[in-house]
Amino acid sequence: MSLLEVEDLAIHFGGVKAVDGVSFSVEKGEVFAIIGPNGAGKSTIFNLISRIYQSTLGRIQFDGQDITASRAHDIAGLGIARTFQNIELFDHSTVLDNLLMGRHTHRRTNFVQDILFLPKVRREERQHRRRVEQVIEFLELEAYRKKMIAGLPYGVRKVVEIGRALATGPKLILLDEPASGLSVEETRDVAFWIEDMRRDMGLTVLMVEHDMSLVNQVSDRVMAVANGRTLAMGTPAEVQAHPDVMAAYLGTGAAA
Amino acid sequence: MRVVFKTSYDRDIDLHEHGRSRARIAVLLAIMIVLPFLVGDYYLAEATNTLIWALAGMGLMVAVGHTGQVSLGHAAFLAIGAYADSALMNTGLPFLVSFPLAGLVTGLFGALIAVPAVRMSGIYLAIATLAVFVIVEELVIMLEPITGGVGGIMAPSISILGLTFDRYAALDHFYWLCLAVVALVTWGYANLMRSPTGRSFLAVRDSEVSARALGINVTRTRALAFGLSSGVTGLAGALMGHYIGFFNYELFSIFISINLLLVVTIGGLGFIQGAFLGAILITAVPQLIAILRDNLVAVGVDLSGVPGLDTMIFSLILICFIIYEPTGLYGRWLKIRTWFEVFPLARRDMFRRQKSYLKTERMK
Ligand SMILES: Nc1ncnc2c1ncn2[C@@H]1O[C@H](COP(=O)(O)OP(=O)(O)OP(=O)(O)O)[C@@H](O)[C@H]1O
Ligand SMILES: [Mg+2]
Repeated sequence: MSLLEVEDLAIHFGGVKAVDGVSFSVEKGEVFAIIGPNGAGKSTIFNLISRIYQSTLGRIQFDGQDITASRAHDIAGLGIARTFQNIELFDHSTVLDNLLMGRHTHRRTNFVQDILFLPKVRREERQHRRRVEQVIEFLELEAYRKKMIAGLPYGVRKVVEIGRALATGPKLILLDEPASGLSVEETRDVAFWIEDMRRDMGLTVLMVEHDMSLVNQVSDRVMAVANGRTLAMGTPAEVQAHPDVMAAYLGTGAAA
Repeated sequence: MRVVFKTSYDRDIDLHEHGRSRARIAVLLAIMIVLPFLVGDYYLAEATNTLIWALAGMGLMVAVGHTGQVSLGHAAFLAIGAYADSALMNTGLPFLVSFPLAGLVTGLFGALIAVPAVRMSGIYLAIATLAVFVIVEELVIMLEPITGGVGGIMAPSISILGLTFDRYAALDHFYWLCLAVVALVTWGYANLMRSPTGRSFLAVRDSEVSARALGINVTRTRALAFGLSSGVTGLAGALMGHYIGFFNYELFSIFISINLLLVVTIGGLGFIQGAFLGAILITAVPQLIAILRDNLVAVGVDLSGVPGLDTMIFSLILICFIIYEPTGLYGRWLKIRTWFEVFPLARRDMFRRQKSYLKTERMK
């Protein structure tokens, strides 16, 4: 059975059918990319999966469980982590604290224990820290540990957000345009990390990306969407050769 | 610049990163403890007042500074704390029981009203809390058997284990009592902020959508923060009642709410230390103005006929801080300290990128 199954998913904002009957499934250990012109509905699909938006129609199943009606704050605990297209970090906290916030679903203490800072709290903190340090090492964020997010360059913030998602210890990670705004070198790093997430961490990756060279390099399967509908699905080469996909890209003037 | 070499994660988990900051707090606390032997009653009373304001400031800081919920209603929580404590003591409960209970009652009330209010933010939340304040004020006047109505009540005299802590009979004892409460709350607050609960507050403040995506229940987190905030403010209210002695609803006016907001914004939003610096400022400025007035009278200028001088000066200070130093007194202090630490390497725009406003301050 697939890790993530999306069936006939749709959401309408008034008259705008942002997502209009999309179906796809992501297998365990797969890197699955969603491509499409601006406004196609890619980020909206992410928001539907993370339950920030309420779907109008359709069904979402994750790991054998129906999450169509789950609450947004229960999604992380099931093992789905995500990044946002327009970086949503906690700007007035340090990199370390942002990553530690990613450990929220693993907390076992309540606020009274926290206020008294019982030995249990310290033990748990050490454990969270150990996990977070692994993420820091993986993404080479050592130099930024104690830096405030507000003062960091764009590229680093982008990486920190991936780190925060990894710190939750997910099964599935949703990356919304992980390479947008990054330099060629930074994009290459992102490609390596995605490879490692799949190979070393056993993660499943669902990503939205405009950079076709990155998509070609890392993804097993690609789905092209436009106007909230699926245009094509298959290997990166198949999808890019699909006449509808070429038309959609040429139609909006974006280079494929 | 001081570089701290860390050899274990505990160095980051501990309250103090290095021994010097721990020593600084110890010295400060020691001075506070011996203060009754150093100053006369007048200044000791002022110091007590400052401590109570700092406590109330910490209460509001949890909501405004650390969770991004603006409240114009915190004077109501001061009132509930004060009346609850007096009422409980009048039923015969000792202060050691009535005092925490008063905080608990206020905290529960705060958490309760937070539930419908949590979906609001910015100006809407401010107005909703203002409405709560108005309702509580009316209730205080109506519930005459408990509150004494318009006339007011006398706070019962405190005695613990046979020792009197009455504000007039034994000011030094009352001062130590306030100091102990403030020290305990500060410790708990600092603990909270280095733990998962505190981080979830900051998360809700800075990005609600990613807080949810990380599994944080935003509604519950905000209600908890608001409950803790009003609980601590309730404790401050109880102490304030005992400090004033005889009080009625006028003690908890809307201006107290506004002054509390000044305490946290001028002190430095998002810093526990800010509540203390703000409290010192808010209690010292009227004194300074009084001294200034007297001196001006001596040279022939009489300002006693100018009404609202205090308020005007406060407003001016606040405007200057919002424009020039959004991180408040504590933020300014951090910059001065860094300047000395890196001397002579400080650069003019070293803090440029840090001049950003918390979401609390933006009205959306
Ligand atoms: N909350 C909302 N309310 C109304 N319309 C929305 C909302 N969210 C998305 N939309 C609309 O849905 C459509 C799809 O938006 P979406 O952000 O999913 O596009 P996208 O494929 O991610 O585009 P891009 O490549 O620019 O990120 C757009 O027309 C957008 O205006
Ligand atoms: Mg998008």
